[in-house]
Amino acid sequence: MSAITIDKVTVELDRVRILHAVDAAVPEGGWLALIGPNGAGKTTLLRAVAGLLPYGGAIHLSNLDLGTLRGRGRARLIAYLPQIPVLPPDMTVGEYVLLGRTPHLGYFSAPGHGDRQKAAEASERLDVTRFAGRRLGSLSGGERQRVRLARALAQEPRVLLLDEPTNDLDIGHQQQVLELVDDLRRGRGVTVVSTLHDLTQASQYAGHLVLLTDGRVEAAGAPAAVLTQDLIARVYAARVTVTADPGGHPVVTPVREQPPTGH
Amino acid sequence: MTRTRGRRRPAARAYGVAAAFLVAATLISALVGAADLNPVATLAALLDKIPFVHLPSSLSPLDRAVLFDIRLPRITLAIMVGGLLSVAGAGYQGVFRNPLVDSGMLGASAGAGLGATLAIVYLSSLGPAAVPVAAFVGSLAGVMIAYLSGAVASNGTATLLLAGVAVGLFLTAVQTYLMQRSAQDLQQIYFWLLGSLSGATWQQAAEILPYAAVSVTIVLLHGRHLDVLSVGDEEARALGVRPARVRLVVIAASALAAASAVAVSGLIGFVGIVVPHLARRLAGPSYRIVLPLSLLAGAGFLVLADTVARTVVAPAELPIGVVTALVGSPVFVWILRSTRVVGT
Repeated sequence: MSAITIDKVTVELDRVRILHAVDAAVPEGGWLALIGPNGAGKTTLLRAVAGLLPYGGAIHLSNLDLGTLRGRGRARLIAYLPQIPVLPPDMTVGEYVLLGRTPHLGYFSAPGHGDRQKAAEASERLDVTRFAGRRLGSLSGGERQRVRLARALAQEPRVLLLDEPTNDLDIGHQQQVLELVDDLRRGRGVTVVSTLHDLTQASQYAGHLVLLTDGRVEAAGAPAAVLTQDLIARVYAARVTVTADPGGHPVVTPVREQPPTGH
Repeated sequence: MTRTRGRRRPAARAYGVAAAFLVAATLISALVGAADLNPVATLAALLDKIPFVHLPSSLSPLDRAVLFDIRLPRITLAIMVGGLLSVAGAGYQGVFRNPLVDSGMLGASAGAGLGATLAIVYLSSLGPAAVPVAAFVGSLAGVMIAYLSGAVASNGTATLLLAGVAVGLFLTAVQTYLMQRSAQDLQQIYFWLLGSLSGATWQQAAEILPYAAVSVTIVLLHGRHLDVLSVGDEEARALGVRPARVRLVVIAASALAAASAVAVSGLIGFVGIVVPHLARRLAGPSYRIVLPLSLLAGAGFLVLADTVARTVVAPAELPIGVVTALVGSPVFVWILRSTRVVGT
């Protein structure tokens, strides 16, 4: 049974239709990667699932119509990390992770011992406990993503929505962050929906891909079915070859035409 | 959980420092002034007022009157006004994610100024009681007009702030026109505009107490929500908070706090910037601590400022707004230099 079912979702922003009846699904504890060229509607679809913009159609979490949930109720099930975060530079890591408990608190209540415990566990899990006292402004890119994931985990969501989680990271830290997300998925059964620019990483980490172009689903399914040389060439207007890594995941390599030789 | 305790300790220490500062400022203010009160006798007279404490005091009836009918109401009013302006300033700063926003922005000061001017020029037949009421109403109306003009334009906080500037300039222009037409009232208007706590009475304190209590309570209850807003509207919404509603509630309560203060004190600037900034320096950026800390520290700050205002050029008085501006402008520049302002 699918954890998330996206059913004919349509989004209009300023009277421009961004998404046209998009369908997608991901099983409980799975990882769905949204891929596609810039402006295809990946972030818009993620924000629709997060409930941050109005949409037509339906999005279900198991049997629950997410359109019927508001504010805190939705936030208890779904954590969302946008591509570019606002990180108050003087806030400490500990305070920031504790913000993840927000949807579990009543309007006038303060975080209690249980909330601090949950935040501490999340920090432990993502190995950020040792810099709980540091200010957000002093973190490196990789540390920042770990701290953001810790906040999302303290939220105890069933679904984790990540918009370009590897943005601005070097290749080693990209892999580290993706491995952490995969750990959470395997260990906690969290369902992950993310946008990813890097097609090879999408194929290596996500079991399900949805390729969007111009707000429509161009292809969907297992990485090997979606990431074909012809399709990528057509959709991205890119020259690539597709091979396979030792694990059998498609590897997308950019190819440059031989430049003219000579002097 | 040593980590948590380690973070709580600086907050407790900051509260202690602010409380000690307030007590010290109060004692100094009670003792200093035109009438030289005997410190021991004064302290005894004050402690005697505490329930179940009975201390004989050698204070003369005249000194007693100076202490209880002149200095203490003035100190009480300074405590209230300082706390209100600081909490309002900190509340606005949380809403706008900008440490340089003051309680008088968003048309609050300009509205109060216009209201007071209107009352002085046109309602003098009603006596002096009309001025605070008009300032109170004017201050709230100024914020309401600014909020509505900003909200119509867009949801952005920067737009709202600029709408406040525009509304403020407009109201001030009207006020200037009125002042030019009624030269005979100029001195009284200026006296009010520069802010003063002279002539403070127990009645004034009692009159603003309900508004002060309600507004401060509401702002203090939203400290956690302001902390969530600091990660941006998008993520705040994803955490289940409704930024627009939090902003509306905190702006309304802060406006009420500032209006209650302005009604009894006139325009006193910079308190709402300086005090929360010092609070952040002491205890970090979390509004759950900055707000109550600003309440305490603001009270002490204004008691001290008022003591300076009524003593440095004795027997005359400096307007307290001049004292806070002289201290506040340099601090404002210091904040500009030392703070990384998070874009809205």
